[in-house]
Amino acid sequence: MSQTIIKQHIPREELLASGHLACPGCAAPIAMNLVLKALGPETMVVLPACCWSIIAGPWPQSSLRVPLFHTAFETGAAVASGIKAGLASRGDTKTTVISWAGDGGTFDIGLQALSGAAERNEDIIYFCYDNEAYMNTGIQRSSATPWGAWTTTTPTRDPEHHPKKDIMAIMAAHRIPYAATASVAYPVDLVEKVKKARTIRGTRFIHILAPCPPGWKTQNDETIELARMAVERRVFPLMEVENGGTWRFTVDHPGGSIEEYIRKQARFKHLTDDQVGLIQEQVDARWEILSNRVLHGT
Amino acid sequence: MKKVMIGNHAVSWGVLRSRVEVISAYPITPQTQIVEALSDMVADGSLPAQYIKVESEHSAMAACIGASIAGTRTFTATSAQGLALMHEMLHWAAGGRLPVVMADVNRAMAPGWTIWTDQNDSLSQRDTGWIQLYCETNQEVFDTTVQAFKLAEAVNLPVMLVLDAFFLSHTSEPVDVTEQEDVDRFLPRREATFKMDTSDPHAFGALVRPDAYTEMRWHQQEAMREARDVFREVEDEWEAITGRRYGAVEAYRADDADLLLVTSGTITSTARHVVDQRRAAGEKLGLVKVKMFRPFPTDELRGLLGGVNRVAVLDRNVSPGRGGIFAEEIRAALYDVPPDDRPILFGYVLGLGGRDVTPAVINDIIDNTRSKASPEREDLWVGVEL
Repeated sequence: MSQTIIKQHIPREELLASGHLACPGCAAPIAMNLVLKALGPETMVVLPACCWSIIAGPWPQSSLRVPLFHTAFETGAAVASGIKAGLASRGDTKTTVISWAGDGGTFDIGLQALSGAAERNEDIIYFCYDNEAYMNTGIQRSSATPWGAWTTTTPTRDPEHHPKKDIMAIMAAHRIPYAATASVAYPVDLVEKVKKARTIRGTRFIHILAPCPPGWKTQNDETIELARMAVERRVFPLMEVENGGTWRFTVDHPGGSIEEYIRKQARFKHLTDDQVGLIQEQVDARWEILSNRVLHGT
Repeated sequence: MKKVMIGNHAVSWGVLRSRVEVISAYPITPQTQIVEALSDMVADGSLPAQYIKVESEHSAMAACIGASIAGTRTFTATSAQGLALMHEMLHWAAGGRLPVVMADVNRAMAPGWTIWTDQNDSLSQRDTGWIQLYCETNQEVFDTTVQAFKLAEAVNLPVMLVLDAFFLSHTSEPVDVTEQEDVDRFLPRREATFKMDTSDPHAFGALVRPDAYTEMRWHQQEAMREARDVFREVEDEWEAITGRRYGAVEAYRADDADLLLVTSGTITSTARHVVDQRRAAGEKLGLVKVKMFRPFPTDELRGLLGGVNRVAVLDRNVSPGRGGIFAEEIRAALYDVPPDDRPILFGYVLGLGGRDVTPAVINDIIDNTRSKASPEREDLWVGVEL
């Protein structure tokens, strides 16, 4: 992507300060930085327990230049609903209120509150940055952990044996006005989706894959490469769903073998070639399903 | 304006008069009529509030916390299992110094399933950092609801007002509903001392290291201490408008008594009746009603109970492995009374799961307290049939 296109699409203003506490190579601050650039300073952030509870900095510091409310693990969507209602009761309908949660706080413990907020079509944007396990507590499996992966609770002799939960289908089933996946390797696509979400009223959900070097056992300088590979090889397709019914891919997904993507991550190093083949089959099968959704809107 | 209403609706009217801006609630018996009436008030425009109909009590409290950090006046109501589900967020509201107000309609905890009253739900939340105010009548429920917002917002602590299931929640009594203009004078719109504000961004609730956490809890404790004085001022102001006050603690016919009953909630009204009857027969008997449980009115109770011969504490609750919770707290408060002034304390556990506490029950307690040199055990269970 040319620098010109990036400059045209991505605002220069920085709302994430330097000195945050993310691990080297972490995708989460990259994602937050891009999202806040797209949303601008009229934004309030609700942060349930996740890696970002640390990244944001300890009291009395904050790495964000917008108001930030730290809250309990399962309450991101409910607290954001409350803030939005509070602002609305005082006549402020323009401030954007976002919840920024990890995969544990979204797929698992926060799903009930998220479902409630989505069903009520609360006027919030819910972001899930997904590093595919409980990374902040030291790499335990979540329902976003992919099949076959090692974590500290899915040891290599008994690795994760459930496929990743289809959170996009769950959110689409709530018929919310806007849901999308996004990637730190596609910053213009990400920023455009967030800008679009900002103009829509009601519950918006954006799911961002966030490679995690300590948790995925990858090199610090491979984060963007892995994020891009996940999209290209159709492991994490980039798409939008409007009103739960209109599915659309937003970039090209050339496909091809996932082997390189898997083998770069030592969390999969115990897998045999046959087992990698099984993951390939899962990815291909899901691509079929998604392609059908795009074609038929179901 | 006088109206006959159930206790639950006395709460709703208090919320209406307080011009609450955000309500978030989830249904549970016996609280539900509070939020049903509020739904009507919001729907007909008499209460122009945002009303978030959440999917759980946990989210109800979380949404109130969000609305409160946005700077607005917020309210919810619950009972029993719902309050227990909120537990984590009760700490969050109090530790975050957010003046959320909640009505808890006292309902016993399951299992087995019960919808009837006792105080174990609210007393289980003793250490969450909420101010707790127990009510005796529907008038007191209305008054306390309005006062709760004033108190909460003055000290930046959440307030739980507590009323007995059915004996108050579903029982009709006349209530003098204070006129809106009078309440407006008493309780202006909330001006938050801190809030989410894009023109002055701050982070709230961030990771705090051991070098500062203790100080945060210290400030919370100091706010609780301050709340005792602020509650007096709030009552002064309310009394000037309405002529009504209750006190953190109320002494009823306690002068010269050699035996004092200690009660909370609706048992108090029954006990007043018994005190009147036995006083008429010449008995030196009195009553102390405890309205405020947190912050605990230690000094007032020492002053009233110190020097009295015997005290009978009536606890509609129990801490398994110990005894009645008010009795336990009062014993601790009396430890610093000079030994000669320390009363013999009888702690009765009764009325659990909604069992009726009649004048006959209270008469038996008084007779038992007078007949024994000292209690056989620290928890004297009343009416247990095995």
